[in-house]
Amino acid sequence: MSDAILLAHGSGGRLSHELVKAKLLPFLANPMLNRLDDSAIFEANGRLSFTTDSYVVNPIFFPGGDIGKLAVCGTVNDLSMSGSKPAYLSLSLIIEEGFSLGELDLILQSVKTSAEEAEVIIITGDTKVVNRGQADKLFINTSGIGIIPDGVDISGANARAGDKVILSGTVGDHGIAVMTQREGLKFSVPVESDCTPLNKLVAQMLQVSTKIHCLRDPTRGGLATTLNEFAQQSNVGIIVEEDRIPIAEGVRAACELLGFDPVYVANEGKLVAIVEPDDADRILATMKENPYGRNAAIIGRITNDYAGKLIMKTKLGSSRIVDMLTGELLPRIC
Amino acid sequence: MKFIDEYQNSELAKGLAREIANHSTKPIRLMEFCGGHTHAIMRYGIRQLVPRTVEMRSGPGCPVCVTATSDLDKAIALAQLPGIIITTFGDMIRVPGSYSTLQQAKAEGADVRVVYSTLDALEIAKANPKRSVVFIGIGFETTAPTIAASITKAYQETVENFYVLSLLKLTPPVMRALLNLGEVKLDGIIGPGHVSVIIGSSPYEFIPKNHNIAFAISGFEALDILLCIDKLVRQIESGHPKVEIAYSRGVRPEGNAKALELMNEAFEVDDANWRGIGVVSQSGLKINEKYRRFDAEKAFAALLRFSPSDEPASESKGCRCGDILRGVATPLECKLFGGLCTAEHPVGPCMVSSEGACAAYCQYESPRDSENFGGRI
Amino acid sequence: MCLAIPVRVVSIEGDEAEAEIGGVKRRVSIVLTPEVRVGDYVLLHTGYAIGVVDEAEAEETLKLLEEIARLSEVHR
Repeated sequence: MSDAILLAHGSGGRLSHELVKAKLLPFLANPMLNRLDDSAIFEANGRLSFTTDSYVVNPIFFPGGDIGKLAVCGTVNDLSMSGSKPAYLSLSLIIEEGFSLGELDLILQSVKTSAEEAEVIIITGDTKVVNRGQADKLFINTSGIGIIPDGVDISGANARAGDKVILSGTVGDHGIAVMTQREGLKFSVPVESDCTPLNKLVAQMLQVSTKIHCLRDPTRGGLATTLNEFAQQSNVGIIVEEDRIPIAEGVRAACELLGFDPVYVANEGKLVAIVEPDDADRILATMKENPYGRNAAIIGRITNDYAGKLIMKTKLGSSRIVDMLTGELLPRIC
Repeated sequence: MKFIDEYQNSELAKGLAREIANHSTKPIRLMEFCGGHTHAIMRYGIRQLVPRTVEMRSGPGCPVCVTATSDLDKAIALAQLPGIIITTFGDMIRVPGSYSTLQQAKAEGADVRVVYSTLDALEIAKANPKRSVVFIGIGFETTAPTIAASITKAYQETVENFYVLSLLKLTPPVMRALLNLGEVKLDGIIGPGHVSVIIGSSPYEFIPKNHNIAFAISGFEALDILLCIDKLVRQIESGHPKVEIAYSRGVRPEGNAKALELMNEAFEVDDANWRGIGVVSQSGLKINEKYRRFDAEKAFAALLRFSPSDEPASESKGCRCGDILRGVATPLECKLFGGLCTAEHPVGPCMVSSEGACAAYCQYESPRDSENFGGRI
Repeated sequence: MCLAIPVRVVSIEGDEAEAEIGGVKRRVSIVLTPEVRVGDYVLLHTGYAIGVVDEAEAEETLKLLEEIARLSEVHR
């Protein structure tokens, strides 16, 4: 085999089959996938959840992870946010002609490791190769199926006045880790992407409480965008105490240097939970026992005032309305 | 973080707020000149911490907001030339010219790259010797020396393919022009902190002297801005306006001589076209004779499809960016604000630029301005 | 115009320095502040140090603010 991806690897012929057998299966093998039929077959009981996401991150390798890890964790987390136990994933690769097979190995290893940690299996997949210049190295799509336990009803529309807002850890790690590696913006940062599967954390939270109303992972657009979504879906106001938001020093420094507001920076291993006040402390304690929730904090509350809006209270006693992110985060000079 | 966190202390902020309230007996209007101050005032909710006697207005200190439409058109036209790499600060990407934006040009195939520093732009030039790299030089006196430094460095290192489109503007001349226009009555001005690190405090003497307006230079943390407002209130209440430095850890009265020397080395003063204001005499910087070969406008004049002209294109109907930049109106008084002109679909530069007054109002709207406000949170 | 952040100078080599804040590091140009020494704080604007932070003045300012906070309480 050559050391780079060729167009023929995606054509469905001999080279494609070689690629699957020699490259993909060694990392992903499991009884369902090994059958290599056109579709995977499984049985399921109860309510199912289904999600899909495409991953086009640049650069594809970044401190704390790579596009493979992201592709598994992102979809596992989307499923987890409805309270589901993630079960099966599909894995679609769109590879640019000339992509290094060595790098493909590294990414598939990440996929394998992340899937094992999340206890999900990849049961079907697809590989396409496009001409040089038609894809930025590698794009991945993963779709996922999860099983929702009985009695679990989690939705962005469920927030009620009096509920507390819990954030599972520090904001902005992923966005800063990725952005500061791009040409033109390079800084050396003591920050790694927080890319992580959150399904076990969610399962532990659901074990100690039936009063979790909303869950979401604040990915693109950051914490502020997610909270705005909740505020609008539930038609409530959300008040957050700015100095209760956990943030790593390196992220704070990088945001100051580039002129970013950390509440708009992407996260890939954090969740926001809106829960009934009586259970808040118990849920928080449980989260803190999980390594991915060790910096969890109650950061705010839900109110009937300011319906549809997010209000940030500064530690100076002033407050301001914080909207969703518009456009993309761009470094500023002013 | 040192020299940042201490100036966000809430107890000291409350102390300053009390102090200002103790001394403020009559309604006054202050203008913050600098876009960074507009942003900080909104972010920290300064308006809620000062008494209602203190009204605050934004000025034209947002370098992107005041870039003339025709200059933006030049930048976009350059982007569309084959073989050119445009390097720019992030602020510029979404601002609309007459017919497009740099972001739009990028989507259509132009090579437009956001950089943090002119040093990055120079690196890109060295890494791409067969392409021409043009840096879009926006900014005031804070940024001018850094752009001058990149030009002199390119000269010393004989980097042949690096060019700068100089859209740099100067602060005291536009302040002079605004005050001479006399459209808005001001009692005090919050002076730009980092411009003043470069130019010092003496260029502002004409403000109290000729216009009887209080002036104090402010830093960018909450306590810096409150301290500045305190000093302004005292000046106004005592009837003795003067030039004060309320950011002494950063600003020296004499400014930064080395930075001024570098600016003089690479630039000469020229008239400049300010969006919303018009041509202001001797208010901009052009690359001088010695370094002319780095001037993008000269180098590519023959290839641009129109001759660069200073004629300002007309603003979209109803857009009040010009009025807002001159402090004549607040964003809330523009009929387009929040309706046809939003952060998602901006009409004018004040909404597009992250430190434009309208964007700041949108992003950091105070609950007091919103219909829902029912009392303290 | 305005975004300049105080960073600490960790090492100097010619007209460049390594600067640090909160663990974040970057190579910066010190052509505008040739007098800077290791351990100084400089104001960093788009990759250049534009001025050296006057630590004595910073201290004075904080003292002034503490005095104001104390006195304004008394005068309420």
